[in-house]
Amino acid sequence: MGTAYTPGLKVSPGTVIRKQRRLPLKGKVLVGVGDRVAADTVVARTDIPGIIQTVKVAEILGLEPHEAVAALQVKEGEEVAAGQILAETRSFFGLLRSECKTPFTGTVELISHATGHVGIRLPSKPVEVSAYINGTVAEVMEDEGVVVETYGALVQGIFGVGGERMGKLAMGVDSPEAVLTDDCIKDEHAEAVVIGGAGVTLAALRKAAGIGVRGVVVGAIVDTDLVAYLGHDIGVAITGHEDIPTTLILTEGFGSLAMAARTFALLKSLEGRDVSINGATQIRAGVIRPEIIAPLDVRPDELKEWTQGQVLDVGTHIRVIREPHFGRLGEVTKLPPEPVRIESGAVVRVLEAKLADGQTVIVPRANVEIIEG
Amino acid sequence: MADVKSILATDCGSTTTKAILIEKQRDEYRLVVRGEAPTTVEAPFDDVTVGVINAAREVEELAGRRILDEQGHIIIRKDSAEGEGVDLYLSTSSAGGGLQMTVAGVVKAMSAESAERAALGAGAIIIDVIAVDDGRKDYEKVRRIRELRPDMILCSGGTDGGTVKHLVELAEMIVSADPKPRLGIGVRLPVIYAGNKDAREAVKEVLDERVDLRIVDNLRPTLDRENLGPAREAIHELFLQHVMQQAPGYSKLSKWVSSGIMSTPNAVGKIIQTVAEQMQIDVLAADIGGATTDVFSVFGGTYNRTVSANLGMSYSICNVLAEAGTANISRWAPFDVNEAELRNALRNKMIRPTTIPQTMRDLRIEQAVAREALRLAFEHHKTLARSLKGVQTIRTVGDMMEQTETGRTLVDLMSLSMIIGSGGVLSHAPRRTEAAYMMLDAYQPEGVTMLAVDSIFMMPQLGVLSSVHPEAAAQVFERDCLIKLGSVIAPVGKMKPGEIACSVTIDGVSHNVPFGSLELVPLGPGETRQAAIKPGGKMDIGAGRGRELSAKIEGGAVGVIIDCRGRPLMLPENGPARIEKLREWHAALGLEVQ
Repeated sequence: MGTAYTPGLKVSPGTVIRKQRRLPLKGKVLVGVGDRVAADTVVARTDIPGIIQTVKVAEILGLEPHEAVAALQVKEGEEVAAGQILAETRSFFGLLRSECKTPFTGTVELISHATGHVGIRLPSKPVEVSAYINGTVAEVMEDEGVVVETYGALVQGIFGVGGERMGKLAMGVDSPEAVLTDDCIKDEHAEAVVIGGAGVTLAALRKAAGIGVRGVVVGAIVDTDLVAYLGHDIGVAITGHEDIPTTLILTEGFGSLAMAARTFALLKSLEGRDVSINGATQIRAGVIRPEIIAPLDVRPDELKEWTQGQVLDVGTHIRVIREPHFGRLGEVTKLPPEPVRIESGAVVRVLEAKLADGQTVIVPRANVEIIEG
Repeated sequence: MADVKSILATDCGSTTTKAILIEKQRDEYRLVVRGEAPTTVEAPFDDVTVGVINAAREVEELAGRRILDEQGHIIIRKDSAEGEGVDLYLSTSSAGGGLQMTVAGVVKAMSAESAERAALGAGAIIIDVIAVDDGRKDYEKVRRIRELRPDMILCSGGTDGGTVKHLVELAEMIVSADPKPRLGIGVRLPVIYAGNKDAREAVKEVLDERVDLRIVDNLRPTLDRENLGPAREAIHELFLQHVMQQAPGYSKLSKWVSSGIMSTPNAVGKIIQTVAEQMQIDVLAADIGGATTDVFSVFGGTYNRTVSANLGMSYSICNVLAEAGTANISRWAPFDVNEAELRNALRNKMIRPTTIPQTMRDLRIEQAVAREALRLAFEHHKTLARSLKGVQTIRTVGDMMEQTETGRTLVDLMSLSMIIGSGGVLSHAPRRTEAAYMMLDAYQPEGVTMLAVDSIFMMPQLGVLSSVHPEAAAQVFERDCLIKLGSVIAPVGKMKPGEIACSVTIDGVSHNVPFGSLELVPLGPGETRQAAIKPGGKMDIGAGRGRELSAKIEGGAVGVIIDCRGRPLMLPENGPARIEKLREWHAALGLEVQ
């Protein structure tokens, strides 16, 4: 036995899924424990206070700060409307008048004697949080949000871009090895989440975005196509906030990699169902992986529960995740306990595996991931 | 501290907690064993001490003696009873994202930059630098302060007796943003004011009651003087009182330690400063991790630290790609690299960060990325480690001819005596020569410089130890931490290819190295020689153009490298010529290509 790299990705046809839906600031929770909610139900709402905009009254009127404060016609806490006079001065026996108006509507929050500035807090903005998945409110966090629970299928991807989206799941290809091309994207895929196989072309992504496809889920993408789709490069693996119409989720990685057969089969079994997806990815402490969630009405009995194996043993099914056998599937045949010198010169723990084509190879244990047997 | 016989020190990193046991053997302190365990600041543990106990337990097992009591607490010896427990327990920490700060100043190139140096030197990651003249509109700055949620803000600006108005404006901006600290709900954000002393009252009027305000001495009291000490101390204090208390399990850990918990980079900085001071040399050190690269330097007694938060070998590897570009990475590979293949490979490393190169080709590509990450982090360091900007100096005609200016970098490669590399790609390179070669290309040292690597990254623990027991820290650093690779002899300048750029005579044997070449001279660890170094033409080895230098050189795990590739190092632009040259250099150092 030994350790292998396991990204801990879940691929389950039926599991209990709990999603925390929290406001950025304290606010009001609109639902109660036990309430049935749809993905687009607003479960909590708050107002985010506006920022303070500064009006440089002293500078505008050409006064010293203390003179500007004396000329003010407003007080702290007072509401003002855009165009309202904040301060006024008269000179030459009242014949010459200078005034300073606020360009902002809001509340006077700060009057600075040191600078002669007036700070106006802009009106607050409402922020709403939706349920994201069809389910039941399992928990209420007072003033902060809720936990929504559902029973359903869950597929975690390895990398994604774009935020939360909902839509009906549609198959764009009929095999996990097939590439999703623009021909595969049809008008009826508008507002759907389309599943591809080994990859997706840039033209297909652009077409999908153009007709309003909510999401695309594929095995892999060529890096330059992703950069072209986003319009910018990705430096650090923290995503989810990209301003793109179609969320993209990769289940395997970059390049051309067939989607794992069981992942593909599971997604195919969900065709036509409502799914919630999120491309947000964070690969550091507190790992976040992209996800596809399909709430189910009843526990399906045609598929048995899968659990991802975490233990590496002779007979374990693996996928090699680094060159020279990148992407190949195989079965562990030996687990030598002693570290071995590999081609690079490093001395590491390895395993021997028989690949799908019958070839026997030696691979560092760190370079394989366990797949469901 | 004369009675200290046994010391346990831990470093709680973001993924691993590392413990070392140091003991006095006869008259010297040595590393005895090392243990490690996963860090436990996240669910389900939410308590850093669990990882500390697990790491200490491994140390206990390896050392074959008791360190923990029945409750799992570290036994601190109260009397001279030997056999169990330790005399000192110390710890550093970078878990939970380290110390994240926003700094603010009036002028970007002056007070804001000084504030940045103060915060970086105290071990912080700077998430934003705000200045009155940074080109952003006020509301944009307010939004940034609000969005970023730092652990604390350092506010500076104005020389003593100078501007008050701008500082009040900065304070108003902080109030406008109404920022909340990253950790702890309902806790007021710590703000350190280290600006013009005449503005203290006005700033206090704006900020008091709204934030947790600390006032310290101005970090730039006059244009030509920086006083970073008080601000750094306040940061360290707030780190202990605030950030550490909010992080899971740290209030417990802080009761266990014999001296305050130190942030990991702060501790590394301490040991680097101790080395520079004790050996009276200029030192450069870099720690290249998966997410970030830290660079530390002491030049002419001035300590600087920078952190390139998004330059690393796994999580941040694609940012190295984005910043350096594929051409800059592939130029170091001694073979043709397909751009699409490179980009996909680095993306896959990013999403599966724990994989390792299996083939020689893959290793060479990863080491090419490391060269660029180290180079970019060093460039960043040079821009911040510099003399004070805005200082009026009396300049002679000679100075004007040399185009020296205020704000020039303090980094002087010719005066640099030692470069210490740390982090997996350097410390665990399959061959030590590869670590030396990467540092040689990334830093391009000039004159005579010792290259070294940190054997198992124990600089943080030795850093915190140096603050309470400098003697023990220095001894372990020299004997167990540092692996000297060997001296590098690198003349500066340019010549025609093939002309003798440098002639080095060691033990009566002359090594005549032509321009554009490398030569490796065997010399083992601990062996020193007096070498006569004669640069060719107008090349400079530190004594002036064409002037001979007699220097003490030292061997190491690699040997002595004579690097006559010229400074700055220029690679042939033509692909095949570049590859041929790289293959020649690999061969000279005894390295395989692929």
